[in-house]
Amino acid sequence: MAWSRDQLAQRAAKELRDGFYVNLGIGIPTLVANYIPDGVEVTLQSENGMLGMGPFPYEDEIDADLINAGKQTITALKKTSYFSSSDSFAMIRGGHIDLSILGAMEVNDGGDLANWMVPGKMVKGMGGAMDLVAGVKRVVVVMEHTSKDGASKLLKKCTLPVTGINVVDLVITDLGVFEIDKHGSKPMALTQLADGVTLEEITAKTEASFVNALG
Amino acid sequence: MGNKVYPDAKSALEGFTFDGMSVMSGGFGLCGIPENLIIALRDSNVKGITVISNNAGVDGWGLGLLLETKQIKKMISSYVGENKEFARQYLSGELELEFNPQGTLAERCRAGGAGIAGFYTKTGVGTLVAEGKETKVFNGETFVLETGLVADLSIVKAWKGDKEGNLIFRKTARNFNPMMATAGKKCIAEVEILVETGELDPDAIHTPGIYVDRIVQGTFEKRIEQRTITKRENA
Repeated sequence: MAWSRDQLAQRAAKELRDGFYVNLGIGIPTLVANYIPDGVEVTLQSENGMLGMGPFPYEDEIDADLINAGKQTITALKKTSYFSSSDSFAMIRGGHIDLSILGAMEVNDGGDLANWMVPGKMVKGMGGAMDLVAGVKRVVVVMEHTSKDGASKLLKKCTLPVTGINVVDLVITDLGVFEIDKHGSKPMALTQLADGVTLEEITAKTEASFVNALG
Repeated sequence: MGNKVYPDAKSALEGFTFDGMSVMSGGFGLCGIPENLIIALRDSNVKGITVISNNAGVDGWGLGLLLETKQIKKMISSYVGENKEFARQYLSGELELEFNPQGTLAERCRAGGAGIAGFYTKTGVGTLVAEGKETKVFNGETFVLETGLVADLSIVKAWKGDKEGNLIFRKTARNFNPMMATAGKKCIAEVEILVETGELDPDAIHTPGIYVDRIVQGTFEKRIEQRTITKRENA
């Protein structure tokens, strides 16, 4: 037993706070928008130049001039504003976005993140990922705990080219939740186990060192 | 005051192209791309182009058209995942590629257009992107030096424009177009609606006409990459 994709998104949604400006990455992070807790209102930023992103349009509302960073058709809200890419990344790089939730291939216990490149394979590019991890106030990673061949994705040291150094604050995997003191010296801490997951299992599947901080 | 209005994309390009030139092309994915000017650039047969664009189009559309004809020598982009021909040419060594983080690319264009030679950013510090570049510590944090970018020509797409070259963009089709308009030694804008000077609200103009050398009205396909919808409940 472990968390499903939707349960992962639901757990990540608990990191949202009322009034937050949030950027969601592609994949599981996008699903987080479906689980915004009651009483919490957030404003979603899309790095292609939009603040206040609405849901997918009805068929008869589709507008080719209105897409998100995943190139999906979306809608606007009453509070929406549009701006250029340089204004968009001024928001991101200038530290005006409260929270970014993104996917990862590898994370280390110091908060280094790799999510853009596998040497030898066709590289699609980093898009806005390096800007987001460098500039957003709090960075939450949502990922599978292990790769398809069972290798831990939480490592002592990233093996892939990194997206940023000391950038991740929280890692949510299908097996549990880890807090990282990215600018400090505290060790990575396991703070929650996914439903039906034991401490033995998560320890066996984690290469990185961590302390048990389960409440 | 010279005339900036041209009848079509082909005539607007005349005299602005040469082999080995650099071209900035606005748009994000296929949203807000200068469709007609890309086709006219293909038909001009200009070769060895360095294209600065966030993305590289898709097979058979947008900048994908210039890849098919092998007119592009090098791309400077942040994300190129949607294009099989791109991958083929890159992996076979026919095409050079320089990845820039998206915000760095946007800021390089903005800086280039504003006469700023370089700027320091936290983005990319400690990554492949920063290799070989100067770094500097400000208030205890490390920043990397990135340079401003200018191109021989920028081609941009706006929603409305007037005969002075003043431009208004629409929704998320704005994206890279305003910065790129400033960073081309020459800039051609294509618009959906071309109006008489004086018809646009001066307070609503996103790109002032000083940046635009030529303007052309076009028709647009506006292809959509990911058609995501919400199903209507039965009424």
